[in-house]
Amino acid sequence: MKFPNPHEVKAKTIPGTEGWERMYPYQYQFVSDDPVRNQYEKDTFWFADGLHYPEPLYPFDTIWDEAWYLALSQYNNRIFMVPPVRGVDHRIINGYVYISPVPVKDPEEIGKRVPHFMERAGYYFKNWDALEAKWTVKMEAAIRELEALQIPKLPEMEDLSVVTDAIGESQGYHLLKSYDDLINLGIKCWQYHFEFLNLGYAAYVFFLDFVQKLFPSIPPQRVTQMIAGVDVIMYRPDEELKKLAKLAVELGVDGTLTSSPAWTQVAAALAASAKGKQWLAALDAAREPWFNVSTGTGWFHHDRSWNDQMDVPLSGIATYIGKIKQGVSIERPTEKVRAERDRIIAEYRGLIDKEEDRKQFDELLGCATTVFPYVENHLFYVEHWFHSLFWNKMREVGAVMKEHGMIEEVEDIWLLRRDEIKQALWDVVTAWATGVTPRGTKVWPKEIVWRKGVMQKFKEWSAPPAIGTAPEVIQEPFTIVLWGVTNKSLTDWSAVQEVKDPDSITELKGFAGSPGIVEGRARVCKTVAEVGQLQEGEILVAPTTSPSWAPAFAKIKACVTDVGGVMSHAAIVCREYGLPAVVGTGHATKVIKSGMMLRVDGSSGVINIVR
Amino acid sequence: MDSAAVRFGGGAEGAAKAGPPLLCWFEQCRSESVPLVGGKCASLGELINAGVRVPPGFALTTEGYRRFMAEAGIDRELKRLLDRLDCQDMEALENASASIRAAIEAQPFSAEMEDLVAENYRRLSLRCGVPAVPVAVRSSATAEDLPGASFAGQQDTYLWIRGTDEVLAHMRRCISSLYTGRAIAYRANRGYDDEQMAISVGVQKMSNSYTAGVMFTIHPANGDRSVIVIDSSFGFGEAVVSGEVTPDNFVVNKVTLDIIDRTVSRKEVCYTVDLQTQVSRAMEVPIERQTVQSLIDDEITELAWMGKQIEKHYGRPMDIEWAVDKDLPSGGNIFILQARPETVWSEKRQAPIANPGASAMDYILSGMLAGKRVT
Repeated sequence: MKFPNPHEVKAKTIPGTEGWERMYPYQYQFVSDDPVRNQYEKDTFWFADGLHYPEPLYPFDTIWDEAWYLALSQYNNRIFMVPPVRGVDHRIINGYVYISPVPVKDPEEIGKRVPHFMERAGYYFKNWDALEAKWTVKMEAAIRELEALQIPKLPEMEDLSVVTDAIGESQGYHLLKSYDDLINLGIKCWQYHFEFLNLGYAAYVFFLDFVQKLFPSIPPQRVTQMIAGVDVIMYRPDEELKKLAKLAVELGVDGTLTSSPAWTQVAAALAASAKGKQWLAALDAAREPWFNVSTGTGWFHHDRSWNDQMDVPLSGIATYIGKIKQGVSIERPTEKVRAERDRIIAEYRGLIDKEEDRKQFDELLGCATTVFPYVENHLFYVEHWFHSLFWNKMREVGAVMKEHGMIEEVEDIWLLRRDEIKQALWDVVTAWATGVTPRGTKVWPKEIVWRKGVMQKFKEWSAPPAIGTAPEVIQEPFTIVLWGVTNKSLTDWSAVQEVKDPDSITELKGFAGSPGIVEGRARVCKTVAEVGQLQEGEILVAPTTSPSWAPAFAKIKACVTDVGGVMSHAAIVCREYGLPAVVGTGHATKVIKSGMMLRVDGSSGVINIVR
Repeated sequence: MDSAAVRFGGGAEGAAKAGPPLLCWFEQCRSESVPLVGGKCASLGELINAGVRVPPGFALTTEGYRRFMAEAGIDRELKRLLDRLDCQDMEALENASASIRAAIEAQPFSAEMEDLVAENYRRLSLRCGVPAVPVAVRSSATAEDLPGASFAGQQDTYLWIRGTDEVLAHMRRCISSLYTGRAIAYRANRGYDDEQMAISVGVQKMSNSYTAGVMFTIHPANGDRSVIVIDSSFGFGEAVVSGEVTPDNFVVNKVTLDIIDRTVSRKEVCYTVDLQTQVSRAMEVPIERQTVQSLIDDEITELAWMGKQIEKHYGRPMDIEWAVDKDLPSGGNIFILQARPETVWSEKRQAPIANPGASAMDYILSGMLAGKRVT
């Protein structure tokens, strides 16, 4: 299957963005001046990573892409020696990330990697629980280190203690060091991120593979349901909101909490009463760490946490208070979920005719169940908790740069690459030490204005889902499970390319995320800040959802997302609440408008727009 | 138990004390009732008792058959005719068959038995809420299950029969089907004793189907046991079974009962009954209905649930004929007409997918080495 040639796609530069390449690391470019690399790029299959990057990447946010470019690849190719695959290669066109799994082609080499893989991956699988416990310790230590990290301001005169304690280091040096430490902590955290993830997904993928061989028609959502944890920490933030809602009703401060959508007003009113103070104390206990949950996926600087935007959890608490007042239960039906999971496992198992297959089913199910909590839980530690703190530390760096005239607004820092920031900080620090004006004050503000214009043009560009040449076989487990690269998705992607007029579309397809069929009115919410507009019984249409969207699910009838697979947040939550969900539709938020009548079939993954 | 059945000798379970009944409602039959009501009626009884909705009806038992043969004096006539018959003599065979069959079809039932049948038929009509309810009258042979014994009783079926007299006449025609020349010769060659032969006749409400079709509790294309596959079209099931229309196709998850795939086809033809001639005939489906889904989702789910119960009862994948009756209100209008074991996949000995003794790691490794083929 042939897709557009990557170099031709890149060659059609959007007018006004000429020179955009400098916004990203040079190794991310499709090249024309290196014939060997050029040929490799042509012969390779690249797909747009819309799952992680529905929008073009800001130069600074490229950090996490570089981090996983390294981490995923090294674990596959240098640590666990996955026999048929190396890493996943990356490129960027117009701010959109394209990725491609790199196979090991030489059968002899594959053979040589097998015993190493069995030894190394086998060790992790065998000692999973103990190693995962170590992981949690390492990860929490990294978070503590991040919290403790100081981003110093540059003083007019260094403190006397520098002399009396013979410290021998200036705040200028510490600013540079702290920035390095911050970046290094981020990269380290992503090293940990993938320590278990490749193997975790492999266990999932091959359990899925086995069950699909036994039952070719089984929807992947059912396989996920068999192994999904019920008590995963991803649910904790939402649970905390429910607890706080209940407490508010018990203490009789629920009226205060629902009196305004603005947290500052509500907080002030609560602080005026003893009961209110009692409630605020409970809130403070819940905030660390649970309110570090991001309102987005956590991958981008604009994904703020609940702690950053208290209006968001407040609206969730208000929704739950409303439910309690109506006498509607807000408890997660965990017993029911668990019983249904056990029933599904038992029924499928009962349909397996052969003893050998039943044994293999049990083995693979056991393995997948062991590893799956990590697959779900790492998200909270890395993408939510760590990232939320990390972005704010970066804002402190931005504040220093603003103070020294390098950028006009703190939020402008995201338009610089991390190595440019390091360079700019050197400029700041040397100029500070010397007592002159940094050169960058005349360089960066202008460049940032231009880059903002480029980003806007990138946002309006629609990235082809796949480019290059599709391979015959894909062996990289992530490619299969996470991005759902299969015959079907390739066909769907080539079909999407042919659609010219989005207003003519009456049917959208995605992954069947959670079964059931409903009809209702659409409400398109591009960010969690918009969920306040949701009316009872509407169908939520969102780019993607995350744990901080949880309260929205108490109101809606069904959910549709642009990105995500059967293991995405929206799919998992909808299955729990018994709501239909179609996920990973690609462009639902572009095609569907609020108020449209939709028919959502979460069993077959089809959405019909009643025009 | 139905009071009528008690009055007229009780059901299968009452048989020990009162002697075997002459007539028997389907719900009083079980798998082991084959000697009394034949294979077909026993299997319908078994389904009903498994909680499956089957069009109601009753059977003339083998006891009823014997009583008829004795009261009409045909059993003596039979012995006389068959004792000296040379089965190699085709002409003699056909002559004997013709006179036996003529005798059977000409002799009325005794007044007592006519009353019994009339009463059951009246009750059946009452149960169905249809005056003189149209029924299917069909033979239900006791020896059908014998290997290669399919000629033991010819499979006679008469559809859209209405009124007591017609029912009685067709019951006799079914009985007479036990004595076709071919059946007599077959039994003689196999050494079955004609005097021991008996037949049962089933009288069952015709399903006046709005929609009908077939259902497999295993995927007929790939042997997947986790799904139920339903083919469905408007009118009687003939259109689906004969392949005359491309039916709508639904794939239902057997474990969760949600519809995971649906294909709605253009259904140009449907079969419906001409009540004048009592034969079903093809007619064109109105153009605006052709592409309408022939079962609503709730019906699909209910049907699949029934399929699952039937499979559970028999402990194996089943091949099922069903109909949605237009005379009855929804919620109680889906009927199972027939259920038999699926044979294609069930008889295929397939190798297990797992390699014996393979650990999860072995499987993961071999899976990685094989990869996922994209074309």
